[in-house]
Amino acid sequence: MSTPVGTSDLVARLRKGDEGTFEEIVRTYAGRLLAVARRFLSNEEDAQDALQDAFLSAFRSIDRFEERAQLSTWLHSIVVRASLMKLRSRRRRHETPIEDLLPKYLDDGHMADPAAPWPETAEDLLQRHETRALVRGCIDRLPESYRTVLLMRDIEELDTQETARLLELTPNAVKVRLHRARQALRGLLDPHVRSLA
Amino acid sequence: MITCRELQDFLEEYRTGALSAEQRARFEEHLAVCPPCVAYLKQYDETIRLGKGAFADPDAPVPENVPEKLVRAILEANRGKK
Repeated sequence: MSTPVGTSDLVARLRKGDEGTFEEIVRTYAGRLLAVARRFLSNEEDAQDALQDAFLSAFRSIDRFEERAQLSTWLHSIVVRASLMKLRSRRRRHETPIEDLLPKYLDDGHMADPAAPWPETAEDLLQRHETRALVRGCIDRLPESYRTVLLMRDIEELDTQETARLLELTPNAVKVRLHRARQALRGLLDPHVRSLA
Repeated sequence: MITCRELQDFLEEYRTGALSAEQRARFEEHLAVCPPCVAYLKQYDETIRLGKGAFADPDAPVPENVPEKLVRAILEANRGKK
């Protein structure tokens, strides 16, 4: 991949400690990066703290930026890490155990509550004004360690290796958590979607 | 034949083509006779799309919507770090 036009110059100026370049980058990327932090951290003050930590961390470690990388991708990864650190520093809220949210099976391996088709597709559901808030609310009900993996993989679209590296997990553990998070989310959404029938 | 539980435990491997031809054939043998698992597989895909769509909110704050106070705090903190 070629270096995006201008990135090399920006990085070179940053490495020289140019404050104008720092401000230019903050103003260019702060909006989309704050949106990322807000997805991980429900508290606005925490999200803003994570964004500030991320920018300071990024510019302290600008010498480690690889020229072939995209500055936006690099900053994205740093703000995810800052958000994760902020999450870890927060007291855990009361959580429903993941086992309670997973499908239940009979002794013979059949589903205890067989899935029935949903009356609408995701695209149709998303046309409804209330759907996005409903889905976000269900994601918030996932246990933190599962919600985090779901956000990183499905929403932020980090790959398994990067997610594993940031969470200090094995790639296989990331895959297992992601699968369970999706299963749990499907279970939380199911009664709401079925009620539309 | 595999059970619903086995199918659902390895759903992601099935979706991503990570199963061997033999394992895939066993999955499809089960799906051919189990409408609830067909529905479940479809809902799993819909759940992923709903998750992605939930954060692509047209009413969400636009990227430029960053408090000026926060931008100034970041710039100030950076100066203080030098």
